[in-house]
Amino acid sequence: MKKIRIREQYCMGCRLCEIYCAVQHSKSKDLVKAYRGEYPKPVPRILVEEKDYLSFAIQCRHCDDAPCIRACITGAMRRDPKTGAVLCDEDKCVGCWMCIMMCPFGVIGRGREKKVISKCDMCIGAEEPACVKHCPNEALVLEDE
Amino acid sequence: MTKYIIVGSSAAAIGAVESIRQADKDGKIVVVSNEPHPLYSRPLITYLLAGQIDESKMSYRDPEFYRKYNVEEVLGKEVVAIHPEDKKVVLNDGAALPYQKLLLATGGRPIVPQVEGKDLAGVFTFTTLDDARKVGEFIKKNEVRSAVVVGGGLIGLKTAEALIARGIKVTIVELADRILSATFDRKASEIVEMALREKGCELITNNTVWKVTGRGGVKKVELQGGVEVDCQLVIFAIGVTPNTELAKCAGIEVRKGILVDERMQTNLPDIYAAGDVVEAYDMITSTTRQIAIWPNAHVQGSIAGFNMAGKTEKYDGSFAMNTVEICGVPTISVGLTDPQEKGYEVLEHYDEAQRAYKKIVLKDDVIVGAIFVNKIDRAGVFRGLIKNKTNVRLFKDVLLRDDFGLVWLPEMFRKHMVMGEGTEV
Amino acid sequence: MVKSTPPFGFTIDRDDEKCIRCQACVRMCSNDVHAYDAEKDVIVSDSTKCVGCHFCEAICPTSSLTVERTQSQYRENFNWTAEVINDIKSQAGSGGVILTGMGCDKPYTNYWDRIVLNASQVTNPSIDPLREPMELRTFIGRKPDRVEIDSSGEPKLATEISPQLELETPIMFSAMSYGSISYNASLALARAASDFGTFWNTGEGGLHKDFYKYGPRTIVQVASGRFGVTREYLNTGAAIEIKVGQGAKPGIGGHLPGEKVTESISETRMIPIGTDALSPAPHHDIYSIEDLRQLIYALKEATRYKKPVGVKIAAVHNVAPISSGIVRAGADFIVIDGVRGGTGAAPKVIRDNVGIPIEIAAAVVDSRLREEGIRNQASLIVAGGFRRSSDVVKAIALGADAVYIATSALVAMGCTICQKCYTGKCNWGIATQDPYLTKRLNPEIATRRLKNLLRAWSLEIKEMMGGMGINAIESLRGNREQLRGVGLSEVELEMLGIKHVGEAW
Repeated sequence: MKKIRIREQYCMGCRLCEIYCAVQHSKSKDLVKAYRGEYPKPVPRILVEEKDYLSFAIQCRHCDDAPCIRACITGAMRRDPKTGAVLCDEDKCVGCWMCIMMCPFGVIGRGREKKVISKCDMCIGAEEPACVKHCPNEALVLEDE
Repeated sequence: MTKYIIVGSSAAAIGAVESIRQADKDGKIVVVSNEPHPLYSRPLITYLLAGQIDESKMSYRDPEFYRKYNVEEVLGKEVVAIHPEDKKVVLNDGAALPYQKLLLATGGRPIVPQVEGKDLAGVFTFTTLDDARKVGEFIKKNEVRSAVVVGGGLIGLKTAEALIARGIKVTIVELADRILSATFDRKASEIVEMALREKGCELITNNTVWKVTGRGGVKKVELQGGVEVDCQLVIFAIGVTPNTELAKCAGIEVRKGILVDERMQTNLPDIYAAGDVVEAYDMITSTTRQIAIWPNAHVQGSIAGFNMAGKTEKYDGSFAMNTVEICGVPTISVGLTDPQEKGYEVLEHYDEAQRAYKKIVLKDDVIVGAIFVNKIDRAGVFRGLIKNKTNVRLFKDVLLRDDFGLVWLPEMFRKHMVMGEGTEV
Repeated sequence: MVKSTPPFGFTIDRDDEKCIRCQACVRMCSNDVHAYDAEKDVIVSDSTKCVGCHFCEAICPTSSLTVERTQSQYRENFNWTAEVINDIKSQAGSGGVILTGMGCDKPYTNYWDRIVLNASQVTNPSIDPLREPMELRTFIGRKPDRVEIDSSGEPKLATEISPQLELETPIMFSAMSYGSISYNASLALARAASDFGTFWNTGEGGLHKDFYKYGPRTIVQVASGRFGVTREYLNTGAAIEIKVGQGAKPGIGGHLPGEKVTESISETRMIPIGTDALSPAPHHDIYSIEDLRQLIYALKEATRYKKPVGVKIAAVHNVAPISSGIVRAGADFIVIDGVRGGTGAAPKVIRDNVGIPIEIAAAVVDSRLREEGIRNQASLIVAGGFRRSSDVVKAIALGADAVYIATSALVAMGCTICQKCYTGKCNWGIATQDPYLTKRLNPEIATRRLKNLLRAWSLEIKEMMGGMGINAIESLRGNREQLRGVGLSEVELEMLGIKHVGEAW
């Protein structure tokens, strides 16, 4: 399956990945509308960590042996057979936050609108994840695992 | 062709089925459960009671699960005896089923205190789907206005929250001096207590119910010291005890729970155990004890399943971990959260305005416990550090930062995690 | 009198309707131009700090930024321009030398824009480069006076040929020291040169140990400061270039401010961390042409005569006789760097006023060497503000063997020629050592872009050559008949050695 590879030596901390991720998962899918018009403001599923000049963007790693899938009490967290991505069925999720506790990368967050989790879904449906597409310095690349 | 029998049909059983099938496509698997409805997620019963979900959302796996995995279900029957010498289990209807590999995933049952009036209508324990249905119906039929929940632990609080969500006036009675005394420290308990009180919940600590009275149904409970509380519904949530009788009778070594080795095997050959019924290795306290939590049950079941199917897998052990949101206050607690002995270093920060609490417990520069209240994002990173027993000396002073994350880890470790391959559970 | 406010030349125009307050501009500007006002939820820009590098404009996701040149602040005055007024005020304040970066930006005639090329039509058919092979391969090094073939048996070359550099295209990357540019920028130049089949130049900063593997494609420079010069360094490179002068600052030495001397630079240049790296004006062991000859041969000895050794000088008034002397001193190639050559740091007054345009310099040097019958003894490489493939073609037609590009390479990597390289705050991660900034130059992307540039220009050169009916670069070399001047004076035409448009053969 295709996974997103993080190359911290090229990340410049511009956080454009966070912006485009949020827009991709917003209602309007338009940069200006999503940030100036929508309420609540769209939340990115990718997080840029920064420390001095070291920075990198991290999102769900879609692990082969995902702790979040094991932890999920409702079975909402499951693997998409086609892409191999780990996805959360928002209809089943009850917001127990078990997966947030289990994820060693800490890349699962709480949704703002509904009591469900929020995490990277590999931009399912799009030809390429938004973060990879828009990183100006190719710090995030799509690779075959 | 190997014959597998699994006693129980919850998290551990499902984990076992999934891994047995990964290693053995043809073996015969039989699941025996005393509940008529398998595959439901037990932790969801409080959400059902609260009305947050309906029964259609209760299933942990889709209804076709057993058929897809080619598993024979024996539902509504109970295993009453195990004969390890001729490798048979006996059901309550007299049937005897042979096995080559046996898994005991019998879980636990609620502790019912021997108080006067415990059999009155309106007194319940709360651990199964049937309990949730019965309580729900009782509330509707009797237009319950007030209730008492005995026990301020995780189940008790979630149940109380569910009742509050249905507009019932709830009083929680807790034996210790604070709720969640086994999971939290004083500060964290305080924050949750505040939230409960703000929702109109009464909290009585350092006390317990010793008598339930009423005619034709519960009318009130009596506590020590003459305290009385009027109510129409009483739920006892004072603890769960593992269902070990079956194992004990068969000669399997049992302490509080069934004892297993790192391959989830009991002292008897070909008999395995997993889930809430088991005592497993706690890697923080270096003891063997019960750690009854859903993900652990699934992992243990999974490992037991692999070993049963001939693929050797080892269980590294686990440690206490819980996440619960009570009255809008999300919390996560991992490991040793409130050690009383000397030798532990504690880092904590409380933001009064946001009621956000973060506490890290260390021993010899290794994190052994943590509590997060209200700001729970990234808590998983700490769980990872605990599990890997990472020495945090080099970045101890930044652990409490809001933006603490993988970027603060030393390069080798961080690069493996950030740029390397996946993770282990 | 009151202290003057610092002059500013750029204004940030933000389309507030499109600005989504993502603050990428705030985070990215190394000059702290933008700031977020949380109270008013708006981003404010302090245009006085803007250097006009356009990084924020490039990074803005909604393209709501435009970096505009301000109108001149003073009344229009042909002689007392805003720049002149501001420079005087600046010096009155600091009492120091005004520094600048990149190449001369003053309107001296750019002769490339006054020279046009020929095309074949009726009698000498043009060649289609997409259908027929075109030879751009170029060899740099001393060519023999005569070539003798040994015909006893299978014919083979009897004459021993001096060491040559083989280029797939007549364009090389000019000297830019590691220190003036970042590690990532150097890496990109090395990789692109190696992949494409041309060469790059270390500049006077020595060769970083990580780049030794690109040695076969590296021209190592020996400058007056002798930074990083060891026997290993000399033997790793494919050729050695003695830097006597540089087009941007003829007559003075190099200067790398101490802020840019990091641990890595210190190790490569073999100087203490944080000290200014000052190259003296002259090589203190070259005070005559005989001294230069001695150094050239010392270097040849050190490398066992296996590598071409050349000399780089700035184009000045007497560039022709100087070049003649250098060739006679034994150089295998000479590099002439014109007045528009770039630099990381130079006094502005020197950059803009000292030196002559490479167009004329190339023509007079080539003519002089031909007149003296020594043109074959050294290859002629020209440098100094080559902006397009047409500049390259014209330079070769005037007589150059190959062309060095530097500013163009930097622009390919992102540079917008804001001329602030000496501050070390290059937002594009090129002219800086700040690790926060150098990350922005992804060497993979930069290498790709440099190769694209070389490829594009090479294709264009082939097109132009094909148009002239020429299919080998050697036939273009010194072929001044292909050039005509437009609107040039008699003297200029004579210097360039070309006819005026309208004149036939």
